[in-house]
Amino acid sequence: MNAIDKTKPTEEKRSRYSAGVMEYRKMGYWQPDYEPKDTDVIAVFRITPQDGVDEIEASAAVAGESSTATWTVVWTDRLTACDKYRAKCYRVDPVPNAPGSWFAYIAYDLDLFEPGSIANLSASIIGNVFGFKPLKALRLEDMRLPVAYVKTFDGPATGIVVERERLDKFGRPLLGATVKPKLGLSGRNYGRVVYEALKGGLDFTKDDENINSQPFMHWRDRFLYCMEAVNKAQAGTGEIKGTYLNVTAATMEDMYERAEFAKQLGSSIVMIDLIIGYTAIQSMAKWARRNDMILHLHRAGHSTYTRQKSHGVSFRVITKWMRLAGVDHIHAGTVVGKLEGDPHTTKGYYDLCREDFVPQNLAHGIFFDQDWASTRKLMPVASGGIHAGQMHQLIDLLGEDVVLQFGGGTIGHPMGIQAGATANRVALEAMILARNEGRDIVNEGPDILKEAARHCTPLKQALETWKDVTFNYSSTDTPDFVPQATAAE
Amino acid sequence: MRLTQGAFSFLPDLTDEQIAKQVQYCIDKGWAVNIEFTDDPHPRNTYWELWGHPMFDVPDAAGVMFELNECRKAYKGRHYIRLSAFDATHTWESLRLSFITDRPTDEPGFVLERQEIDGRSIRYTTRAYAANRPEGARY
Repeated sequence: MNAIDKTKPTEEKRSRYSAGVMEYRKMGYWQPDYEPKDTDVIAVFRITPQDGVDEIEASAAVAGESSTATWTVVWTDRLTACDKYRAKCYRVDPVPNAPGSWFAYIAYDLDLFEPGSIANLSASIIGNVFGFKPLKALRLEDMRLPVAYVKTFDGPATGIVVERERLDKFGRPLLGATVKPKLGLSGRNYGRVVYEALKGGLDFTKDDENINSQPFMHWRDRFLYCMEAVNKAQAGTGEIKGTYLNVTAATMEDMYERAEFAKQLGSSIVMIDLIIGYTAIQSMAKWARRNDMILHLHRAGHSTYTRQKSHGVSFRVITKWMRLAGVDHIHAGTVVGKLEGDPHTTKGYYDLCREDFVPQNLAHGIFFDQDWASTRKLMPVASGGIHAGQMHQLIDLLGEDVVLQFGGGTIGHPMGIQAGATANRVALEAMILARNEGRDIVNEGPDILKEAARHCTPLKQALETWKDVTFNYSSTDTPDFVPQATAAE
Repeated sequence: MRLTQGAFSFLPDLTDEQIAKQVQYCIDKGWAVNIEFTDDPHPRNTYWELWGHPMFDVPDAAGVMFELNECRKAYKGRHYIRLSAFDATHTWESLRLSFITDRPTDEPGFVLERQEIDGRSIRYTTRAYAANRPEGARY
């Protein structure tokens, strides 16, 4: 039921709009019997009120400050359909095992948001409210994006299926590597690494997030040498190859110039960093659509606000925004590698990238059913501290629609970059073959790799070199709900 | 050179037993298996020649293996042959797996032609040596 009562007595209205300060919960931002409409945007926040601040009032304040309210009553509300525009906090639950913090569910009417604009959506939902004094901390955990809003966005420029068709690669994860060292190589030397890695068996190489146009390597030089490397490797293998040319730059004009040059040279993919901002990302996504280009997004900077559970924005929200914004690739974690990534939370991100309908799954941090309404699929990228010896774990955890990026795990191979690339490719193909044959790759993985290494010396050397490398640290951003608990429901 | 298109080109050539297991995996998933052949291995040659229709209704791998052997009788040694599996599920409606089963006896590979154009830019063309000869007489 929609709790807005359009026949409120005049008497009550007058007091609601008398000048002065009033509790947010009394201004209509707390409506416990409100039932969200199918077209509402819903956000769930983790709220940690200051000592002595009531959780309902704090939650209502978040609803108010992220929609129509200011700190005092304003009579100009009465010139608007203010009942509609007010965000409504309709549910507040304690966070399991975390005294002093609550999950607040807030519904927003669709009319509050400009169609197809992440800038506008985020300016509302995370605009002012994160600095609100009565709260110690605030985190945007998840959002339910109604189909009516999803359909106002273009979604990924290319998407997983069309990317695979363009690259002619089916049935296995794609393989990539980030060129290392990430800083200091000249264009000529950089292209050498790209050529060796692609010729050895990788599908992609990648610029790192901070490779733009520095004194040691200007961007045009990098692009020219990289495309020589891509084309030479392609002719040497008869297989489509690519390199993510990072077009991140100081201005939109510079980025367009770099992207145009990449297109002119025949590149199939360009890359941007998350730090360019939502508007620039959407602009580049539109450019990529117009120019048949795959668009890779590096999530540079995200851990500043996604990693700590108490305050910030969850990466699952960023993932949703980026699928709407229209990128084709997004770094979404490896679980086993060197960077933050709890297995359940990461599974949640991967589902949000790849599925058309993602059901609520609290154990994976997914608070709402999310219907993507045929929005193209976003290819997750696993990058950072992974190697061939983990292939069975990677395929088991991440599936096959993923780019596995072995940077050090390719370039650091004792017999050279081509050998490193070949080791990864052989490990991958052997594991997919075995999985499809019905073998239990989680348990038999090490044996499958050993068998494959019998006909592939580079793989044998890779397994030997990195046999003891693991990154077993506990994760910071973990789900609050364990599968067996009777969580918020 | 060895053409590395397809999911298993870095492994030793698959035996018929291994091929049949992959086919069975695809059939169990509800995908239609398709046999194609070509003597133009260019990486952008999307449309290989069809050996009949994609097999939507075969109950097990034996039917596909029979057709693969028929195709081999006609083209083995002179063409590439690949199997692919098509998934008609909504929001996919494309291939799920593709791999080469047979290759020409000799694979001469590709030449990379470079045309120097404006500035330092180069226009690249990849051309299969085999493609110099007419279709059907390449390998």
